[in-house]
Amino acid sequence: MGALKSQALADVAGKPRHGGAHAGGGGEVTAARQRRPLRPLRKRWPLAAWIALLPMLLTVVFAYLGTMVWTARVSFSNSRTFPSNDFVGFTQYVRLFHNDRWLVSLQHIVLYGACFIVACIVIGMLLAIFIDQRVSAEGVLRTIFLYPYAMSFVATGLVWQWILNPSLGAQAVLRKIGFAHAHFDWIVDQDFVVYTLVIATVWQASGLVMALMLAGLRGVDDELWKAARLDGIPRWRVYVSIVIPMLGPSLSTAFVLLFVMVVKLYDAVVAMTQGGPGTASEVPAKFIMDYLFGRANIGLASAASVVMLLTVLAILAPFFYARSRAAARKDG
Amino acid sequence: MSTLDPAEGAASLPQGRRLAEAAAATAGAAAATTARPRRPRPRRPRFSPARIGIYAFLMICALFFLLPLYVMLVTSVKPMDEIRLGNLLAWPVHLTLHPWVDAWQAACTGLDCNGIQVGFWNSVRIVVPSTVLSIAVGAVNGYALSFWRPRGAGWLFGVLLVGAFIPYQVMIYPMVRVLASVHLFSSLPGIVVIHTIFGMPVMTLLFRNYYAGIPLELFKAARIDGGGFWRIFFQLMLPMSLPIIVVAMILQVTNIWNDYLLGLVFAGTKNLPMTVQLNNIINTTTGERLYNVNMAATILTSLVPLAVYFISGRWFVRGIASGAVKG
Repeated sequence: MGALKSQALADVAGKPRHGGAHAGGGGEVTAARQRRPLRPLRKRWPLAAWIALLPMLLTVVFAYLGTMVWTARVSFSNSRTFPSNDFVGFTQYVRLFHNDRWLVSLQHIVLYGACFIVACIVIGMLLAIFIDQRVSAEGVLRTIFLYPYAMSFVATGLVWQWILNPSLGAQAVLRKIGFAHAHFDWIVDQDFVVYTLVIATVWQASGLVMALMLAGLRGVDDELWKAARLDGIPRWRVYVSIVIPMLGPSLSTAFVLLFVMVVKLYDAVVAMTQGGPGTASEVPAKFIMDYLFGRANIGLASAASVVMLLTVLAILAPFFYARSRAAARKDG
Repeated sequence: MSTLDPAEGAASLPQGRRLAEAAAATAGAAAATTARPRRPRPRRPRFSPARIGIYAFLMICALFFLLPLYVMLVTSVKPMDEIRLGNLLAWPVHLTLHPWVDAWQAACTGLDCNGIQVGFWNSVRIVVPSTVLSIAVGAVNGYALSFWRPRGAGWLFGVLLVGAFIPYQVMIYPMVRVLASVHLFSSLPGIVVIHTIFGMPVMTLLFRNYYAGIPLELFKAARIDGGGFWRIFFQLMLPMSLPIIVVAMILQVTNIWNDYLLGLVFAGTKNLPMTVQLNNIINTTTGERLYNVNMAATILTSLVPLAVYFISGRWFVRGIASGAVKG
């Protein structure tokens, strides 16, 4: 099978690839051909290049791989304030999943993540589609929808903490304008505080989804719209059935970005609710930070961060796999 | 980045602008040959219920997005008496700039009452060297990866990119130990190194993709003329990299300025960045909360990234699109 494939590739390599979107294929082939006589110019181990890449090598080996191994090792030990060398198997993991605070954090992050990602994608997509209707003042609107993304999570958290302030904020305004019994004190309500985090961070991040989607929409061929108009298909139908499925790559990029934000969610919580009221808005990232530095239980914290890492890899791996497959298909 | 094909651009005009933009981002030289094709001016549809609906939706959303900015601004220029009335949205009756002055030079964190300016200058001291260093490293990495391609470097780069997705929490504690062992923990050089390390995946990706758009023939010609690794980099590649350096700067200045977690852990109490200090001012202060001062401080903290955003406009979008791998 593999031999066949390489045979086919060798056949094709002789002549410029034809058809499809690969008009540039011919150029690539000639470039490859020209490269051959110049080979000696590029040494296999260019010393200067490796010296230049030394910071990257060190970063990968120590900062990325080394820390992962170290954290994994510590998670199997009984370390408290300082890392210890004993080996206790999965004790920390068992302890972790009997820890109420951790379990509550997981519940919160799942609820938060689902709401946040869905809301961001829906709002961002709607904004992009509506802006794409050739509205006037497009630039102004885009600027307005994206500016929160330039702000820090801390600032975002603090602003919304103030807006949602139960005695002087939105609730007071609602009551003043006539809804005397309006209840909007979610930020101090154990059952609703997670949704206030959703509101604040969706405000910040949906502009990003809009920007990504708008770029995707601008790539849609005008011919498609002409054809749809000739066939008398309503615009919304074209969006639902053709355009949005075409935006798959932009959507997956947006999903990955939002997912990373969910996992990292820390600054906004610290600024907005400090995990409260009670433990009603605790999240895993905050749990880990608290156990690392506040409660000096690095064994447990390391176990938690390994769980976090595995979750990230498990969710993102299919995306990268699909994307590299798509890229490989594109290259032929 | 897609390969540039003028024929394709001519065929579908709306793509033309995007292509021209991509061209400007990848290779300034290539873009110059094709005059930026105008987007066809469509007949604007007349007002219909659907159009009104579109505008209504966009207006409501715009108001929602602007609301926090408005609340921040209005609150920051009201005296506390007016704030206590609970008119969050009301325009100030007695406009005052005192909260801004207080926020800048008198707001308290713990016992220090020197205002947010301390954090501002700390952030400047962190952001400037971190941005310069991380861009320098990213540019050299991208250059070596695109043109020299030493064996195994592609693999290394792959690991680096995956590394961008490792949650910080996995790396923080070991990094603390490593930095402490070389006496860089809780110091300015320490936090600069940390930002360089965590910014490396995006910066490298950015420059690698940019250099991938530069014709290899150029590099080969320079090689034949006897240019070495560094000479080609400094005399040929770096002068051509201006557009991408600007994008990288926008990205890094905003990211590093807005960072909270790394600054909190690695900077040390003397170098706490503005975001950390802001949070301390607002959330750890006892006694009456001065909401106007708090909001003024929040605006001040957001001022740098917002200024970058409003000035850079489209470049900012380009930055987040190309740095999209990390976010």
